[in-house]
Amino acid sequence: MATVTLSAVGKTYAGGVDAVRDVNVDIKDGEFVVLVGPSGCGKSTLLRMVAGLETVTHGEIRIGDRVVNTLDPADRDIAMVFQNYALYPHMSVRDNMAYGLKNRRTPKDEITRRVDEAARMLELAPYLDRKPRALSGGQRQRVAMGRAIVRQPSAFLFDEPLSNLDAKLRVSMRGEIRRLQKRLGTTSLYVTHDQLEAMTLADRLIVLRDGAVEQIGAPLDVYRRPASSFVAAFIGSPAMSLLDARVADGRVWVGEHAVAPATVPAGEVTLGLRAEDLRIAADGALPMRVDYVEELGAQRIIHGFVEGQQIAVTETGADSLPSDLRLAVDPGALHLFDVATGRRMDEAAAQPARELA
Amino acid sequence: MQRVKPLDHLVLILGALFMGLPVIVALMSSTHSAVEIHSNGLYLTPGGDGGQTYEKVLTARGGFTGDVTGLLMLGNSLIMGLGFAVGKIVLSMTAAYALVYFRFRFATILFWAIFTTLLLPLEVRIMPSYQVMATLGLLNSYTGLIVPLLASATGTFFFRQFFKSVPDELLEAARIDGAGPWKFFIDVLVPLSKTMMAAIFIIMFIYGWNQYLWPLIMTTDESFYTLMRGIKSILQVWVGSQIPDYNEAFALAVLAMIPPVIVVVVFQRMFIKGLTESDK
Amino acid sequence: MRGLVKAGAATPQKRVQFDRPLTPWLFLAPQLAVVVIFFYWPSVQAVVSSFYIEDPFGFGSTFVGMENYTNALTDTRYQATAAFTAFFCVVVTALSLGIGLLLAVKADKVIRGAGPYKTVLISVYAIAPPVAGLIGMMIFDQHIGPMTALFGFFGRDLQVGVNYWDTTIAVTTISVWKQIPYNFIFFLSGLQTVPVSVREAALIDARSGWRRFRDIVLPLLAPTAFFLLIINITYAMFDTFAIFDVVVKDKPANNPMTLVYKVYLDGFKGNDIGGSSAQSVILMLVVAALTVVQFRFLERRVHYG
Repeated sequence: MATVTLSAVGKTYAGGVDAVRDVNVDIKDGEFVVLVGPSGCGKSTLLRMVAGLETVTHGEIRIGDRVVNTLDPADRDIAMVFQNYALYPHMSVRDNMAYGLKNRRTPKDEITRRVDEAARMLELAPYLDRKPRALSGGQRQRVAMGRAIVRQPSAFLFDEPLSNLDAKLRVSMRGEIRRLQKRLGTTSLYVTHDQLEAMTLADRLIVLRDGAVEQIGAPLDVYRRPASSFVAAFIGSPAMSLLDARVADGRVWVGEHAVAPATVPAGEVTLGLRAEDLRIAADGALPMRVDYVEELGAQRIIHGFVEGQQIAVTETGADSLPSDLRLAVDPGALHLFDVATGRRMDEAAAQPARELA
Repeated sequence: MQRVKPLDHLVLILGALFMGLPVIVALMSSTHSAVEIHSNGLYLTPGGDGGQTYEKVLTARGGFTGDVTGLLMLGNSLIMGLGFAVGKIVLSMTAAYALVYFRFRFATILFWAIFTTLLLPLEVRIMPSYQVMATLGLLNSYTGLIVPLLASATGTFFFRQFFKSVPDELLEAARIDGAGPWKFFIDVLVPLSKTMMAAIFIIMFIYGWNQYLWPLIMTTDESFYTLMRGIKSILQVWVGSQIPDYNEAFALAVLAMIPPVIVVVVFQRMFIKGLTESDK
Repeated sequence: MRGLVKAGAATPQKRVQFDRPLTPWLFLAPQLAVVVIFFYWPSVQAVVSSFYIEDPFGFGSTFVGMENYTNALTDTRYQATAAFTAFFCVVVTALSLGIGLLLAVKADKVIRGAGPYKTVLISVYAIAPPVAGLIGMMIFDQHIGPMTALFGFFGRDLQVGVNYWDTTIAVTTISVWKQIPYNFIFFLSGLQTVPVSVREAALIDARSGWRRFRDIVLPLLAPTAFFLLIINITYAMFDTFAIFDVVVKDKPANNPMTLVYKVYLDGFKGNDIGGSSAQSVILMLVVAALTVVQFRFLERRVHYG
């Protein structure tokens, strides 16, 4: 167990392309941190820099109190779970798990003990003598986990470990990873492009965009107070609706409709509205034209347009809808972003009235 | 983050020298005169007699054999390489098509009859093959040079594997669109096989061009000599001569290696793909 | 050439096939004709001739049963040739596989420079064995050959074409040189099929590069290596014919030779058709056995992943 500290970490490729820029984060002992962002944002590169699979061109990476920048991957005391599992195809499940320990001169009976323990935990005991190709996708995924667990490393690194599984298995493995990590208390860094996976797993999220950190925070904080319109649109499903709006006379306007009072300086803004913060109300401030409805069972998502701009609303009703509605907005649920920079305008900070669904 | 050590480069450079130097020596020495080579040994730098030597090797009748020029041998080698490659592709594609896409009696027996040819290379039955050719009156003919080499089913198996990897849905779609066996072959399979055909063509061209033993026993008439056969002849003249025609021998070697080398280097990627993937 | 076919065993049929009685025969006819005339006829001919002694002047032949076989197998010259062939196969296979693998592993490691390097090796693949023999012969030439000079420097007077073992050195070197590119190409492409993530997992699991190679990469290369082993043995047995023929300059008198060279010599130069045929049949059995081993293995070939 250990802390992982990234100080001004960056990666510049030979061609001059910055894949990762100036990342600073302290991962506490036992913390589960998820790196999330769209593909190409540098999250995998950053993880692989921690693993030692990519060189670090700027800054410093510490695991525990050692600077590991130039250490070989095998010397960093980390274990990694790969997207395609990267099991050794010619070794049995047992040997796959034991290989890293053997190379570290772990005593034989200790290896056996740890492998059996991991196999029990992951319900892999019946498969220990099988080759990976004789296993299902979910079982392979567990073997990859087992290989990391037996090592009892300072940190686990996960590189999109669930993305090759089908949707149902993904949800159950997600729970299992969370449970295991809590139980073992091993510091973990986890990469995913799936915001839902990120939200449900993380103690803290790091949202990356174009190689730079966009926001770091606990999932709910990030959800409730996205630091930028990018984070706002990326975290949460359905995505937060972003409307072109303007502030004048102390109020926020969308077209000719005053939405709510605002304290930020007058001018153009981007208005962010969570679907669950909108209510259908006859006296609502915003007129909405309904486009289509997604029925999810417990609730439904109504997609439509306000002043020609896309917007989504969730509600629990089941009645048929007219084609034109009016939406009421909680005054405290407004997110205002700077049009030019996309950054959150702090004066508009507000506590959302509702808990996360 | 695998680190490349200087030792790795050293091994690679030594390997490249070992593999490449003989070729460079042949190329450079062919541009010096026989006397120069005889007194100074082999060369790693170009000399001034290249034009003359190559002209003689290519055009002079009886440069080293009775009445055949290098140009003629070059032509014969080309016929051998191209003929073999084309013949191989046509034969193997059609046969593989029949084996994969048709349900008919004896299909399994025929499959094994063709498959068995892979067991034995031509070399082990060289003597009786010669006798068969003599019986058929095919000695000293292009047919005799090329066709017997086509007997091995390597290409057939390659195309068979490839056709099997073509999705079933393609045939189903073609049949729904009203294509019969001929139309499906010409309009769908052949265009689909283009890359594979090219790769096989390269490999087979080199194989045909490089044949030595078969032309050696099949051709007594010098007008059918290939470059490989020419190498044998130049050496037969060699024995007993005061200063052997080193330069001409090297020039001949260079002529014999340039076409296949150019083909593989230019089509390198396709060639490697064909060579290494056709065996899966 | 033989490398083209690794697996031939009957795998599942197409779900849909054409059902025409005649068309497939039309498509098969050319290949069948060639196979029957140029494969089965001579092969049967070889077996038949091996039981006869042909009159040297062409006046018929006499059935002698197994005599040609017993003659061949008890002939000390044949035994010596067989022993040499075995020795030659082992040395050529070991060296060309070993060097090919070494170079492939190194080339796989470097990213920059691997391209030109590959090109150099592939060029040599395209060079015909007789051309290799010719160039090699000059390099080992008594007067002008740099190799002869090199050996002379170490106090050995190299007499290729005259001295048995000197010729062996030359022929072996040339044969290995010619075969390295083939092995290199296959090993390199084999190495490149080892998934990057598996190598990276190994990087985390094992500190020593040699261990990673021995425990992870080498086992994954095993199918390629076995395939190449058979190919190299057949190469050393047959494809080196031209190299021998060129290096000994048609004067095999006191020089080493392979079994296939002896078949050629006895048949074409010695006019001993029966003896040559018996030797052919023996060779056929050896090669057939090798090929069967190859296919047996490949049928069970492990498909990872």
